[in-house]
Amino acid sequence: VCTSRFWFNYRHVANTLSVYRSVKRLGIPDSHIVLMLADDMACNPRNPKPATVFSHKNMELNVYGDDVEVDYRSYEVTVENFLRVLTGRIPPSTPRSKRLLSDDRSNILIYMTGHGGNGFLKFQDSEEITNVELADAFEQMWQKRRYNELLFIIDTCQGASMYERFYSPNIMALASSQVGEDSLSHQPDLGIGVHLMDRYTFYVLEFLEEIHPASQTNMNDLFQVCPKSLCVSTPGHRTDLFQRDPQNVLITDFFGSVRKVEITTETISLDSDLAGFESKLPKDELATEPQKYAEQLPVAQIIHQKPKQKDWHPPGGFILGLWALIIMVFFKTYGIKHMKHVF
Amino acid sequence: ASAQFQLAVPVAVVFAPGSVPGDLPRPLPFRDVQEMEISVNLRTSITSRYETVYRSTTAQEEAALDVATAREADAALHLLQDASLGALTVYVVPETSSHLPQGISVYVGKHRSALVRAGGDLATLRTRLQQLTQVMSFTASSIAAALSDRVPDGQLGPDTRRHLKSSLGYEITFSLLNPDPKSHAVDWDIEDAVNRYVQPVLDKLSLVANFSVDSQILYYAVLGVTPRFDKESSSFLLSAHSLPHVINPVEARLGSSAASLYPVLNFLLYVPERSHSPLYIQDKDGAPVSTNAFHSPRWGGIMVYNVETPASPQASLPLHVDVDMVRVMEVFLAQLRLLFGLSREELPPEFLLESPGNEGLADWELDRLLWAHTVENIATVSTTLTSLAQLLDKIGNIVIKDDVASEVYRAVTSAQSAMAKLAVGHLHSAFQASKEAVTSSERAFFDPSLLHLLYFPDDQKFAIYIPLFLPMAVPILLSLAKIVREARQRKKEPTKMD
Repeated sequence: VCTSRFWFNYRHVANTLSVYRSVKRLGIPDSHIVLMLADDMACNPRNPKPATVFSHKNMELNVYGDDVEVDYRSYEVTVENFLRVLTGRIPPSTPRSKRLLSDDRSNILIYMTGHGGNGFLKFQDSEEITNVELADAFEQMWQKRRYNELLFIIDTCQGASMYERFYSPNIMALASSQVGEDSLSHQPDLGIGVHLMDRYTFYVLEFLEEIHPASQTNMNDLFQVCPKSLCVSTPGHRTDLFQRDPQNVLITDFFGSVRKVEITTETISLDSDLAGFESKLPKDELATEPQKYAEQLPVAQIIHQKPKQKDWHPPGGFILGLWALIIMVFFKTYGIKHMKHVF
Repeated sequence: ASAQFQLAVPVAVVFAPGSVPGDLPRPLPFRDVQEMEISVNLRTSITSRYETVYRSTTAQEEAALDVATAREADAALHLLQDASLGALTVYVVPETSSHLPQGISVYVGKHRSALVRAGGDLATLRTRLQQLTQVMSFTASSIAAALSDRVPDGQLGPDTRRHLKSSLGYEITFSLLNPDPKSHAVDWDIEDAVNRYVQPVLDKLSLVANFSVDSQILYYAVLGVTPRFDKESSSFLLSAHSLPHVINPVEARLGSSAASLYPVLNFLLYVPERSHSPLYIQDKDGAPVSTNAFHSPRWGGIMVYNVETPASPQASLPLHVDVDMVRVMEVFLAQLRLLFGLSREELPPEFLLESPGNEGLADWELDRLLWAHTVENIATVSTTLTSLAQLLDKIGNIVIKDDVASEVYRAVTSAQSAMAKLAVGHLHSAFQASKEAVTSSERAFFDPSLLHLLYFPDDQKFAIYIPLFLPMAVPILLSLAKIVREARQRKKEPTKMD
């Protein structure tokens, strides 16, 4: 999830796209990824290199690539939509690609980036999500067993405050900085004109580039990524809610998709000479009525529709009372004779 | 949430002449009830009641048993027995009966009945009956697997969450993967195969859920793993530990229906490239797998279909390949059974199971599925409604719409009815009631109006409005105070002015 809009927050989109890219490279298909980008950097009018988003000033890696599938874009990235995706309380008309269809065997990775503070994360410059709301959303997910294990990574200023309030089991959290510290960006690119990536995610991306689908690297190595000397802020992590020892948790458990597989040893025996199926065919060949367009509302009627007259209601009690109070006080204080100056 | 399940299974034990054991406690016919408790956790327990009726055969049943093979006897007896879901009928035949081959003491038919060899005394008969009822209805582990989210971690085996969760519908997709269309022009008559072989199985399973089937052909879709060439067998091999990485690159291209939210089961048929033919799958011991197929729980299955290399090397490419759909469907339908949890592997040694033929599964296997799904549905409803109640407690000012309330009531009544019917042994109506209960409870829980973000506590309202109104109210209050003071002064003045 990238929560920042505007061109100068290029680095947040680049952060999100690099994690997206690593996760796809390690095997997770788009049908299992919900990507939320609050603004479009690749096709932004201020981008001197259109249709690309770079992570490093040497322009080695275009993290936008050829097949990015953004599920929530631009103004659709709101706190409400984010929480609806997590809890599943989503309007029935939402398509499959915009839903989180996980069950009790799914491991979920949530990566969020943007501007944050002590206990909140800013969405779109106009609203915030607090750590309490996030913890409640995770608890709703746990109640319905929408996850088996959850890894939460956040790259914002004071990121560690976001995971302080979690209380549901099987959650592991990583943050790029502690409370009171700022997460810093990596380096600006003079050609593009903005900072390209944040330090924490830059080093995480470097670390993930070494991982391949069959790799046995575990979570303790991920905790060591970006020490204070490189990152200036102190990355933090929280594992007390997690059942397994992080030593035994593979990176590919969350970032990749390694399925359990069983060899099929049983077969059934089918009799190929059965006449029983003949009865199926006539049903398919029933003649259906030719389809017709439904009666459409004529365009002329739509154009000349007058706007509906809204009924006028007298002002309600509170407003009326407030105005009455103000007027009474005014005239009592200054005297009735001043009324002629008003009219 | 605590739940006490009572599962009643009506069993009829019918003794053929010459098979009655000498040490029966009472003369036939008599009733007996055996109860067994399976405790899942501190607050959930399951009591299974086997309500057994012991009686001797009627004249019609004797005539039906008077045939040569067990299979014919089963077919004849099927017409005479109680065919309701969940009920079992066991026919005890004499020790010397010719129906059962040597070494087999129990024959399980493809409906809901079985033939058991008498075995001399009541104790042996009772053991065999117990094993039989465990196979044909449910076992402690199959019910515990259905309640897997209530079992404390660590007590479950590692693979108890591999069967498909109970759902109202499933989507089945058959895909043909042809990575090398220049060499192989593959033709598969999938529509005919689905109508002939898959549809009968799905019709039998239609009691459990709605199924929709579609198919597709994908070209230039390669597996994610390069197979090794094995010189001894001059074939290519995929080892067992590389199989998990095969699925992912393909999955991105499989697609799924945009409209429905049901779980998708993918069955893939892979025709290897000419340069990698023939391709065999190796199991953990290095032996090639006879079916050349593997499956992944809750996802689907993949089968590798090798094309025979033509005799003459100058055969013109592309080779035309007509897929033998019978062989393919035998494997895919077996995988479908395994995905649902119907396996015939773990049986006591003296049992013989009748093959269900083109129907795909026996009636008692359908019963097994229904027992597990009914219990799972009721447990899900209970958890969901409890969680919803906790949410309502936490947020004091949440608004419950009328339709959400009616869904909750409906879920509760259906769940209670399902539990009651389970206790009596009416499996069919219990399952239908549990399905209704799950639908209603899911609709109530996931209603978009119940998002906790939309309701903030009253203290937040105060926190927002007080800084707005308090400064505004200060001059008003001061002016009011001034008015009151002036009014009092004026009252005193007339007395002073004189």
